[in-house]
Amino acid sequence: MAKNWPLVRRKKALQQRARILQGIRQFFIEKSYMEVETPHRIPTPAPESHIDAISSGSWFLHTSPELSMKRMMAAGYEKIFQICRCWREKERGSLHLPEFTLLEWYRAEGDYHLLMEECEELIRFVATAIGLGEKLIFSGREIDLSRPWERISVEEAFRCYSKTSMSKALEQNLFDEMVVQDIEPRLGLIKPAFIYDYPAERGALARIKQEDPTVAERFELYIGGLELANGFSELVDSEEQRRRFHMENENRHSFGKPIYSMPDKFLAELDHMPPSAGIALGVDRLVMVFLDIKTIDEVVAFTPEDL
Amino acid sequence: MYTASDLRKGLKVIIDDEPYIVTAFEFSKPGKGQALYRTKLRNMITGLTIDRTYREGETFEPASLEERAMQFLYKEGDHYHFMDNETYEQIIISEESLGDAKNFLIENFNLEVLLFRDRAIGVELPNFVNLRVIKTEPWVRGDTSKADFKPATLETGYVLRVPPFIEEGELITIDTRTGEFSKRVKE
Repeated sequence: MAKNWPLVRRKKALQQRARILQGIRQFFIEKSYMEVETPHRIPTPAPESHIDAISSGSWFLHTSPELSMKRMMAAGYEKIFQICRCWREKERGSLHLPEFTLLEWYRAEGDYHLLMEECEELIRFVATAIGLGEKLIFSGREIDLSRPWERISVEEAFRCYSKTSMSKALEQNLFDEMVVQDIEPRLGLIKPAFIYDYPAERGALARIKQEDPTVAERFELYIGGLELANGFSELVDSEEQRRRFHMENENRHSFGKPIYSMPDKFLAELDHMPPSAGIALGVDRLVMVFLDIKTIDEVVAFTPEDL
Repeated sequence: MYTASDLRKGLKVIIDDEPYIVTAFEFSKPGKGQALYRTKLRNMITGLTIDRTYREGETFEPASLEERAMQFLYKEGDHYHFMDNETYEQIIISEESLGDAKNFLIENFNLEVLLFRDRAIGVELPNFVNLRVIKTEPWVRGDTSKADFKPATLETGYVLRVPPFIEEGELITIDTRTGEFSKRVKE
């Protein structure tokens, strides 16, 4: 007869979460996006160095709906969005759940700069929908949502916030450590911040920048030091994509991780995809930011440990 | 052998040949990057805390500590003397190595002493201990203006907050994990 007090306590946050989800849907409907659904259980995940799928029989639970949504883009669906559950092996911490909610959207005729603007619009729209104004409080800071938001390249961010340069961090194989220690805690403290132009090898499905082949047209959104979204101009060249997947699999092999088979149907259709941009945004974390909640456990009804 | 994904608060591991306990732990994974395990670790011999970041797949040797039932005898300066209940051998542990445990030690108290490679490095207390209050303000019955808690000094010299109805000379139970008042003991 024990009452589940943590769940009772989360009721207010979960009510707000429902309003946030409605706000997101409203935004995309007004912008003429079509809501789609793609299978959660798939034969093979996209080979990426550091993203591990949870197996489901001889198949896998998807780590994101990316490949299926791109196949829809290649078939002529030009503006689509999806809100779905995704699964990633062994990701658990105060900001991670192995099962979490992702919002992904794709649009033809646009690049990553256009997506950054759309991100600003979306989050401002949802803030209004749940009764927040131009400002939000997160983690003890007042964050100003008025446009434009901060934009800083990865290289600049290393120059401003780290003693190490980006090229040195890559050379010494300490890029992730430096990002986590020196850069992330400084991003989006006054206004939300987009950090863009990642090293080419850190964007397996992103287009390489024409003016500078060492970087990929990829960005991340941070609010109050918390990473919320990852977007990029899409790579639509199947040969190049296949080569990159092979490289990612080689990395996986060198880390002692299982290799994933090539997503052949996706690769066969990719050349039909128009120049596009796409983005994934962590819905649980967006709820955390809007409600000023520090741990992801408090914005879901049940964590794996609660089951 | 532990791997980085086993890291959690309270885990004891060997680093540079010395035993450490994880006191804080955070999982990070920057976009498209690798999993990083950020920890604070306390050296169980020196008491010093270090910050370390580990990658997925890194391995650790577990710090296997021997526990021996002993009795606290007496304190001499910064030295705390204990006696092995089986061999009657006496050992000394420094105040620094004892950490917060020193707040709960009274003579003839039975506890577990932790040994690392035959060297005593600390003690393991029971979660709850009973100690006597030797000093606290009297309770004025019916006075609701006072705060919910008042300070009290225990026979070990430790000061903690207790409810207003606790009186001098009473025995109380303390949670040694938090150092806080737990309940009054009926004698």
